[in-house]
Amino acid sequence: MTTPTGHGGHRGPLLSRPVPVAGRAPVQRVAEVADARPAGAYVQLTLAAPEIAERAEPGQFVAFAVGGATSAMLLRRSIAIAATADGQVTVVVAPHGPGSTWLAGLRPGDTVDVVGPLGRPFPAAPPGGPAVVVGGGYGAAALVGLAARLRAEGRTVAAVAGAASADRLCSVEELSRIADPVLVTTDDGSAGRPGRVTDALADLAGDAAVVYACGPMPMLRAVTDVATAAGVPCYVAVEESMACGIGVCMTCVLPVVGEDGRTRFARSCTEGPVFGGDRVRFADVGRLPWDVVGADAMGVLAP
Amino acid sequence: MTLLETAVDMSTDLGSATIPSPVLTASGCSAFGRELEPFLDLTAIGAVVTKSVQLRARSGRPTPRMAETPSGMLNSIGLQGPGIDGLLADDLPWLAERGARALVSIAGTRVEDFAELAGRLRGVPGVLGLEVNISCPNVESRGEVFACDPVAAADVVGAVRAVADPAQPVYAKLSPDVTDIVAVARSVTDAGADGLSMINTLLGLVIDPDTMRPVLGGVTGGLSGPAIRPVALRCVWQVHAALPQVPILGMGGIRTGLDALQFVLAGAGAVSVGTAVFNDPSAVARVHDELAAALAARGFSSLRDAVGYAHRDAT
Repeated sequence: MTTPTGHGGHRGPLLSRPVPVAGRAPVQRVAEVADARPAGAYVQLTLAAPEIAERAEPGQFVAFAVGGATSAMLLRRSIAIAATADGQVTVVVAPHGPGSTWLAGLRPGDTVDVVGPLGRPFPAAPPGGPAVVVGGGYGAAALVGLAARLRAEGRTVAAVAGAASADRLCSVEELSRIADPVLVTTDDGSAGRPGRVTDALADLAGDAAVVYACGPMPMLRAVTDVATAAGVPCYVAVEESMACGIGVCMTCVLPVVGEDGRTRFARSCTEGPVFGGDRVRFADVGRLPWDVVGADAMGVLAP
Repeated sequence: MTLLETAVDMSTDLGSATIPSPVLTASGCSAFGRELEPFLDLTAIGAVVTKSVQLRARSGRPTPRMAETPSGMLNSIGLQGPGIDGLLADDLPWLAERGARALVSIAGTRVEDFAELAGRLRGVPGVLGLEVNISCPNVESRGEVFACDPVAAADVVGAVRAVADPAQPVYAKLSPDVTDIVAVARSVTDAGADGLSMINTLLGLVIDPDTMRPVLGGVTGGLSGPAIRPVALRCVWQVHAALPQVPILGMGGIRTGLDALQFVLAGAGAVSVGTAVFNDPSAVARVHDELAAALAARGFSSLRDAVGYAHRDAT
């Protein structure tokens, strides 16, 4: 156990371990769309991509080229893998900009250039009580494969799925087949109990051996705080904007505390997207604290 | 992915060093090469041009570090990197073990920094040569980069050439954000540069209409991608016309073999593929294959015969 330094870090020993790399390298393929169906505010896209499906582990993601071969949108769109089965890979697309809207408009038979699986998967659950998975919005999709793996390993799994409103909930049905209980929350009360995922997590965290979460950054921060306060290790899959997804562009960095207790700007794609929640210095995202390795060379010095 | 065998002789020279392919990665766009290994044969491409290394490890700038722009992107990374010690201990041995060639990009804030880096890289296995980054816009003194001043640029390049391994060619990376790029090119070649890398990014800005503030944490950033290709091509053309004996490594928005062909015809003996790698991790190998096919289709038996061909007299 190490104690992080710096004004933005958690106090006391860290509960999480650095996350190991995936077992297998990614591939790049032109994949055919096998199925595209609306799911509330989202589109569930299934691709025929056997080499990616057989390599993928829960928590990993794929990176799409958008707009076709002559597209003026050059940057890859990275999306968590929701499911793999029978040589197919499923993702949940949330259309918000031109690139994700293009992806959401793909139809069966269309092709898309996809790279994956990318990133580090969720680590194994430590022994003990139930594993709790917490998903915010379409982030819940990234937890279905993890929950299934945990069940297959004989673990008890509980789930929390939350969103702003009922149409932005995701994967509740799939999680209900695996996890018990499955607690649903919405900000506006249009489904489940009104409130935030952290309200529901507070009921489950005490007994848990581990908490896994995927969703927007403020949610991941709040989930980490609840889990850490309960003395439970927490692993979060972050959603940072990435230009490449493979580790070469250096745009998706977060301040993360390493094994040695020192903070580095870590790439969300190749060093994440799964990090120990208490290792991510959420309060310092978008800042350059003096104790990040190499900040001194940028002229940011200890006060 | 292996590079296509064609009848065209694709070998070329970076100064005194001969390489089997004229297509290289671009500095800052392929890290130190390792991440591309699943997607191409690193030994078959011209070379891995490393992310610029400095004397000390650097954190780089806070996020957000990038914004997508039409046919391009704006970045403000701030030269995040392990420093020369990390490069020598980890990244360069990894490349050398695989037989991959490295063109090491070096950067600094003082002339002495560049010279010290060149000294540390003397005789290091796998180091093909040096690219002297005197033109990164994402440094402390924005707009005051060495490459904007012919005298300052020559001071750096002269100091590097004096210290660097004689077997390692020294390429000076130039900025397009100057009034007369030929004057800078002439100055650094007079100071001993064995070749010129053109171009670095152009300084740009994007404002978020919702927050009504600049998108990037660093406010301004470097513009790259196909959007800047005509600017890059014009720079290569002008410098090759003025200094036809000076080798040029051309870069700026190359995405396809036909893009690369334009740079070769304008006078580049080799090219770097940068931002396109973010879109297509196998782009460097693909551009090689497409360029070879394009040269063959135009009747060239050797890449070298096509270098500068667009400058030929009208007949």
